[in-house]
Formats: sequence, structure tokens, C-alpha cells
Amino acid sequence: MSTDDQTYSAAGEVASVALRRTWWDRTWRSLKKAPVTAWFGMIVIACYVIVAVFAPIIAPYGQSEIFETPYAPWSSEFWFGTDQLGRDVLSRLIYGARNTIGIAVATTALSFLIGGSLGVMAAINRSWLDQALSRFVDVLMAIPSLIFSLMLLSIFGSNVINLIIIIAVLDATRVFRLARAVSLNVVVMDYVEASRLRGESLSWVMRRDILPNILPPLVAEFGLRFCFVFLTIASLSFLGVGIQPPTADWGSMVRENAQLISFAEYDMKAAMTPLLPAGAIALLTVAVNFVVDWFLHKTSGIRDEK
Amino acid sequence: MKSDSENRTAGDLLLDMRDIHIEGFSDDIWHPIIKGVDLKLHRGEIMGLIGESGAGKSTLGKAAMGYAQPGCRITKGTIEFDGHDLRKMSDSELRQLHGSRIAYVAQSAAASFNPAHRLINQCVEATVDHGLRSADEAKSDARELFAALQLPDPDTIGERYPHQVSGGQLQRAMTAMAMSSRPDLIIFDEPTTALDVTTQVEVLAAMRDIVEQFQTAAIYITHDLAVVAQMADVIKVLRYGETVEDAPARQMLTKPEMAYTKSLWAVRSLEKPQETSDDIILRVNGVDASYGGSIKVLEDVTMDIPRGSTVAVVGESGSGKSTTARVITGLLPPIKGDVLFNDEPLPLALKDRSKDQLRRIQMIYQMADTAMNPKHTVRDIIGRPLEFYLGLSGKQLDERISELLKMIELDDSFMERLPNELSGGQKQRICIARALAANPELIICDEVTSALDQIVQEGILKLLLRLQKEFNITYLFITHDIATVKAISDQIVVMFQGRVVEQGMKNDILSPPHPDYTQLLLSSVPEMDPDWLTQLLESRAESGAMSASGN
Repeated sequence: MSTDDQTYSAAGEVASVALRRTWWDRTWRSLKKAPVTAWFGMIVIACYVIVAVFAPIIAPYGQSEIFETPYAPWSSEFWFGTDQLGRDVLSRLIYGARNTIGIAVATTALSFLIGGSLGVMAAINRSWLDQALSRFVDVLMAIPSLIFSLMLLSIFGSNVINLIIIIAVLDATRVFRLARAVSLNVVVMDYVEASRLRGESLSWVMRRDILPNILPPLVAEFGLRFCFVFLTIASLSFLGVGIQPPTADWGSMVRENAQLISFAEYDMKAAMTPLLPAGAIALLTVAVNFVVDWFLHKTSGIRDEK
Repeated sequence: MKSDSENRTAGDLLLDMRDIHIEGFSDDIWHPIIKGVDLKLHRGEIMGLIGESGAGKSTLGKAAMGYAQPGCRITKGTIEFDGHDLRKMSDSELRQLHGSRIAYVAQSAAASFNPAHRLINQCVEATVDHGLRSADEAKSDARELFAALQLPDPDTIGERYPHQVSGGQLQRAMTAMAMSSRPDLIIFDEPTTALDVTTQVEVLAAMRDIVEQFQTAAIYITHDLAVVAQMADVIKVLRYGETVEDAPARQMLTKPEMAYTKSLWAVRSLEKPQETSDDIILRVNGVDASYGGSIKVLEDVTMDIPRGSTVAVVGESGSGKSTTARVITGLLPPIKGDVLFNDEPLPLALKDRSKDQLRRIQMIYQMADTAMNPKHTVRDIIGRPLEFYLGLSGKQLDERISELLKMIELDDSFMERLPNELSGGQKQRICIARALAANPELIICDEVTSALDQIVQEGILKLLLRLQKEFNITYLFITHDIATVKAISDQIVVMFQGRVVEQGMKNDILSPPHPDYTQLLLSSVPEMDPDWLTQLLESRAESGAMSASGN
């Protein structure tokens, strides 16, 4: 830009940023700057996803295939031994990834659909609807969710569909709170008013005006909520009302083999067996949290590096 | 490092900045912001620093304190303040200097005060911290400063919290804070930009007096030339981080040398010949409105808007200008009265209006930044009304967007840009194109130029005038800037405290005799004459028209 051009032209005005990168370029650049923990998290999650998707190919046996010896020790035939009915623990671990993660993802997605859309709607509406929804959510949140879901599951019966719906609804309360709070900051912007003046429908304003602007905190929250949902499902399975046998899942695997822990003084490996699914749960939770932390830090705009 | 105000002699060199280079960090690259600027300031001198936004005014102003904001760095040059090189000082030495010998007055006082502490405690904090005075001394001194700055109830106003005083009062309190330590240098960064004209006059007068009284040197950063004409002894014009011109104020105002400076000066001479028609497009009829509760924000507001002309609504903030616009657009249904559009009553509430009724009235906002969704490209923004009202799609849509871009003097290369990749003026142009896309009959412009630099303002105003001629559009132009009113309007409506004070043709309203309020409003608009403020204050003092309590 030279100082010679003394005449004014609209197109020649200096804009603050002139350069926009493509989506891929931007993603790659931020990935390069990601800390080791985030990379660790992403790799672990990728492994879990691969295992879950290709479970039938990877697993040596079927998830409910029963062999002669229950509680078989670790061997080259059964890497992690067999459980109380004689099923291969490794195969059940692999299928368990598929079942548990699949259900957790479905539940989290559903809770975001419910909580997110109601939250945004309440923020736009700001009238009796907002009041009614918010108070209802307060009531739901006042009841400890594990106990509440135990109760609901025993009323409606525990099958996968009920499990997903009940946990999703209970979890949607937190999503509702967040979605409503971040939307409130966007709703007051002039461009939302401009859309309303244009006569746009509620769903257009929600999808096009508000959603793109509240997405980063919601995505981060999605990761966190996924962890909690995952833990809730595992706990419910451990308590016996979650995913029902013979479907393999990590929560009930811990429960079914829990007594093996007491064999630690005779056979260290056998005692490890119930800890394997527990470890799988822990590792995934930690990995997701690493990624979410990094993502939150990136989108919150905090710059601690100079 | 105590300052001894007794030993100050006007005329000594206080600040000497040589060959300053400053860079800013964005997109992983350091970009030059200031490219080799020299600045010399003597004691008791006020320097006006002007230029459009992005010229580097504020960055240079902060560099005068030896400070570069996060994301910026001073790469070259020396900053000598009273014989000390600020660039060689450590952070803690600089901190000793800031708030005791150098003070800074920020643009938005409302955002700069801590809402949780009383004004007076914040005003004396730096002085007491630096050990210049005891808390009691500093407080009694602050009360005197409040009085000198014409704040109402100077003895007790310090006990209030920031939200309990008006914007103008807060700005003066901030000046008091800066003066509290009797600094050698104050940097004013656009301190009156956010104020109404009537308030601005008082703040300007107070600041000028206090700077004179204590022989303080000041750098006054602004993009308002008329303001700088009142305040400054010398003026420095910046553009793209370089000095365009440097001269004593009077010489600069009468005989600017560079073409760029001349073009800045020429902006204020834009004026539209007034026209009118008998065909009334919009009639606001006896409207009362309130935001819930019993307080009426509008009371019996009536105004007529003739087709194809521009009606300017003027008044200070809180006078009900924007509320009137909300009533017309249907965002705030009035509790009494009605709105006639083309002689047909408009449904009062937004949701009862048809798509076509909505299409005919469009709105342009003050802050183009918040009026456009940051995640939508220019194509989405301009294209949406075309899709929504006119059902255009595909190639037709693209052609029309491209046509509209041409109308607002931009080209197709802007199509895929996001709002944050546009300059302030370009953003406002896109907003104009969005309004235009609906083929409206009436456009409500809510302070559309007040956030822009003068030279950009002129461009926008010329564009609006040209579009009006081409498409016979009617404008309802809300503003508090009388220069804009002169430039664009045919008729003027003056509002005060929710009522219409008068409505009439521009020339009638702008020529005497005026009702009291119109008189106050008009006389408060700064003029380019450097003696204007002095004369105004004298004439007001004689007539006693200016109340000390202020807004």
C-alpha cells in the first residue's frame, strides 16, 4: 500500500485481515500446534473407533461364544482367559468397545439434539417458554441422576432403547443450560434482529444465525458429556440395569469378573482380568478429556503464549 | 521518580520519539503498523493525532508511554521522555512512570472503570500506590479536580459507583483520574467519541482547562477534525503508519499542504439541496411506547415522511430516536397510536406483518460488525433477502448479487469474504446492499455513519444519496451528528425526552429562531474554527444557558 493514492475508493480500504485459509489448511496448522496430550488423546480415540468399527474382523471369537473351561487362565489360545461362563475375554472386550461406545455416542447425540434445540429456543423466546423449560430443567437437575435413571429404568424396563432415551433426557438438562447461556449472547446481536425483521422463521434463525456461532463451546461440551454418559452406562451396567447379557459391555464385564480380584495372591494375571475393561473405560475417558481440553483452550481465545 | 510541578516550564522538550517502527502479529507474521514516525512534544503543548482507523494512531499513542499492547512490538527507534529512554527501561521502572508522570485516558470510560469500586477510590489509586500523596490528600485533591471538571456534586459524586453516573460524567472522572498524579504527559485516546455532542462540549472544555492549568503536555488522538481543531496546538496527520503532515493547528486548518489532508478537510463540506414531496410514504401518528412498566419512552410522537426524501431524526441518546425506529419496524408495538405506510395502517406487531410489508421497510444498523453474522459470507448476507423475498436462485441469484456489489462500489472479489475480512466502511456497504436487495421503499438508517472515519463517512453518505436518486428510496436517518444531517437530509425531526420538539424543512430548522433545545443541540456541534469552543463557552456563560450539572 503506497501513500501516493490520495483518492478514496471503497474497495481500496484497508481491511484488518486479508488472508483466509482453506478449512484443511487451518485444521492442519492447528493440529501442528496441538500439545502432546491432545495428540495422545486423538490417537487413542482413533484406535478405539477402529476397534469398535471392525470388531467382528479383529475379535478372535464371537462375543457370546462359550468354551468348555470357565475362568481359563491367560494363554495363547485365550489371550486374557475366559470369563465365568467360558467366553473369551479379549473378544468381549473388543465387542464391548463397539456396544458401549456406540450407545454412548447415540445417547450423547440425542441429548444434544434435545437440550441444544430447546436451549436455543428458550434463549430466542425469553418468555413463558423459557421460564417453563428452565424451571423444569432445574427440577430434573435437583434429583441425583444415577438414582433417577435407576428408578426410571426399573419402571420402563431396561433395554437399549430405554437406556438411550432415559440417559439422553437426563443429560440434556446440562446441555440445555449451556446452549441457552451461550445463545443468549448471540441472540442480542443486531444480525439476529435483522433476520427477525426480514421475517425469517424460528428454525432458520436457530440453524443459520445462532448455531454456527455457538458451535465451539457445544463441541467441547459434547466431548465432556460423552465421557459422563459413557461412565453412567458403565455404572448402570455394573449395577445390572444397563446393557443386558449376552451383549458384551465393559461395565457388566467388570461386575461379572469382580471376584477374580481376590485371586491376586495366587494368580496376578487372573486378578488383572476385571481390571482390563475398567482400564479401557479409564483410558478412553482420559483421552477424550485431553482432546476436549485442547479444543476448549483453542476456542476460548485465551492466548498464554506470546 | 516524583514529578515536581513547580519546576515545569512551558516549551521544554518533554517527549522525543525518533524513527519509531512498530509491528503487529497476525497470521503468524509480523506486519508493520508504524513505519518510521518522529514525534516531538513540548511541555504545555497539545498534539492532535488524526487519521482514519488503522492508521496507527492508538498504537503510536501507547508507544509514547513506552508500551506496546499484546501482539505488538516496538522494533526500532528511541522514545525519550524527559531525558530518559523508555525503551531501555525495565517493566517495573516503566510501571513507576505510568500513572505518576504519564497517564492515559481510554476511549470507553464505561469499559475501563471497575464496576465494583467507588469512583474516587479508583481515581486516586495510582497516585496513592506510587506514594505521591496519602489517600486523604489525594481524595480531597480528587474532589477539587471533580469540581474543576464541572462534575455535579463534586464532594459526593466520588462515592458513587460507575454505573450510577452518565457516560459524560464517567469520561470526566477518568480525566480526573489521569490528572490525579499531576502527570507531565496525558494521552487521550478518542475520549469523546462515544459521547453526545451536548456532553462532548463540556468534556472538551473541562479537559482543555485542566491541561492548561497544570502545564501538562497531551497527545489527543481522534478522527474528528473539528474536535482536534478546538484542542490541539499542533496537528499530526497519520496514514498507513506514516506521517502525512505535521504543522501548527491553525496553519494546518487553513492551509493543509498534502492532498490527503485536504481531502480530509473537504469531507465536512458535503451538503444536499433540500427537496420535498407531498406524497407521504410513512406517517407515525400519535405514538406512545414503553418497554414494559409505566415509564413512557415515547409520548405522542407524530412525524410524516415524504416519499423519495430523507428525514433526519436528531437528538441526544435517550431521546427516543431508536425507539421510534423500533416502533416503525414492529419490534416494539406501541401502546397507543398507529403507523401508516402508503396510507394503509401497518399491523403494529412484527409477527402480524406480511412478507411484502416487511420487504418494503429495511433497516441499516450503526454497528455493521454486529449487524452481520460473522459466519456468513458476503454472498450469504446479500443473497438471503434475494432468496427470501424474491425467490431468486442459481445463476440469477449470482448475477443479482454481483449487480448489488457493483452498486455499492465493490466487486465480485468480495463475494466469498467473511465480515471480519472487511474494513469498517466496506462492512457498512454490505449492510446497505443487504437492505437494497429487498427492493425497499423505505430504509431506516440508525446512526449508520457514526462509527466510521470521516473520509469513509463521506463515501457512505454519497453512496446513500446516489442510491436515493437512482431508486427513489426514502430514508429515515437517525443521527446525533449535525454535519451528517446537513449533508443528507431534506427534513429534520428534533426529538428530546421521547417527544418531537419540532419537525420541518432542513433550512427552516437550521436557521434561527430555534426552540431552546434545538439551539443547545445545534450550537454544540464542533466547527472547524479553532476559536469556536472558546467563543461558544463565552456566549453560553453570558446567557447562562449551559447548566453545570450537565446531562
